[in-house]
Amino acid sequence: MSAPPHGHDRDHDHQVVPSDPALRVKALESLLTEKGLVDPKALDALINKYEHQVGPRNGARVVARAWVDSSYKRRLMQDATSAIAELGYGGAQGEHMVVVENTPEVHNLVVCTLCSCYPWSVLGLPPVWYKSAPYRSRAVIDPRGVLREFGLELADETEVRVWDSTAEIRYLVLPERPAGSESLDETELAALVTRDAMIGVAKVAAPAMGASA
Amino acid sequence: MNGVHDMGGMHGLGPVQYERNEPVFHADWEGRAFAINLAAAAWRKWSLDALRYQIELIPAAEYLRMSYYEKWLTAVTERLVQSGLVTRAEVDSGKAAAGSSKATPPLTAAEVPGMLRSGALASRDVPAMAHFHTGQRVRARNIHPVGHTRLPRYARGKLGTVERDHGVYVFPDTIAHGAGENPQHVYSVRFTAQELWGGQASPRDSVFLDLWDDYLEPA
Repeated sequence: MSAPPHGHDRDHDHQVVPSDPALRVKALESLLTEKGLVDPKALDALINKYEHQVGPRNGARVVARAWVDSSYKRRLMQDATSAIAELGYGGAQGEHMVVVENTPEVHNLVVCTLCSCYPWSVLGLPPVWYKSAPYRSRAVIDPRGVLREFGLELADETEVRVWDSTAEIRYLVLPERPAGSESLDETELAALVTRDAMIGVAKVAAPAMGASA
Repeated sequence: MNGVHDMGGMHGLGPVQYERNEPVFHADWEGRAFAINLAAAAWRKWSLDALRYQIELIPAAEYLRMSYYEKWLTAVTERLVQSGLVTRAEVDSGKAAAGSSKATPPLTAAEVPGMLRSGALASRDVPAMAHFHTGQRVRARNIHPVGHTRLPRYARGKLGTVERDHGVYVFPDTIAHGAGENPQHVYSVRFTAQELWGGQASPRDSVFLDLWDDYLEPA
């Protein structure tokens, strides 16, 4: 591993050019464990949490509830953090939530141009494209072009609102309930809701024919 | 700082690359790097904004080359060294220095659910004067701090409208540098796309930014 010469700790902005990150992580974990700074079992628990428990199914439940329960939706639009907590979600990167609603007239899109802020508590960890330079640079200056690349063509009359997550407030898009979903129950509705729709790069597709038999 | 991380509005960074059925982590080391960040942050030696600033300090070419978790790994390593929890020699060797003290207890697996459930509130229940009000026209200041800031370049000097007062939050520009929480109001400020990008932008579109009192001046 290459490293700056010792005794040059003031050169902080001259950071180490990495070798294989997998090896660096392994060495760091081993060092931190030896020094009592991390417990590998806690790392396992953190990984397991975000691989298996916290993800976009949480947000989908919030959306489906808002679609079927107008008083819940009212609470969600007024105080999203509390309304989301009613379903048991909150905490890390969901401490201060705001929900923005898509309508036939308004389309909302969420980005973090400065880093990769994302509502973990309801969507889990962000996908690579959301954290990537192309999305972060273009979502604010060319949202319609970005959406087109996602396969979503908006009418000129539609108003686009882009939410740049510059502070600790995290945004969740409440997508439009699709036509043809009238007979679905809350669980079936939640199954339709995608991560992308809750970021605002997609709409929720109508249910497949016969899905609600 | 006017770093490459502040990329809102830049051209030339390519098309968005979408991956279907993307896994949460693409390799085991990504998960470990993610988890080490959270577990190390539990020592409360640095703020989230200090970690963000550390990422911003990665040289531009490296920043653009590195994957997300590689940046996290680089930044947390640097924070660990600068906070004195480890030395650079220990990082290089992967071994604790002979006779170095053992810090305990670290975050345990049993504590993980509680830590994630409570999160870390950035809001503060302290009185702070709101210098602006909903509906007011404001201008984002034309400032170029060399340290950490959450006022993107593309909004500086631009006119917007306060749409909402989110309440009082710690101030990134000071907390990132250990210079205090400096709690102040954060507002949702709406900028029309044409104010930000000129006549080529859609007259219907707008961008909302969450901006602290110190980022704004009356229009």
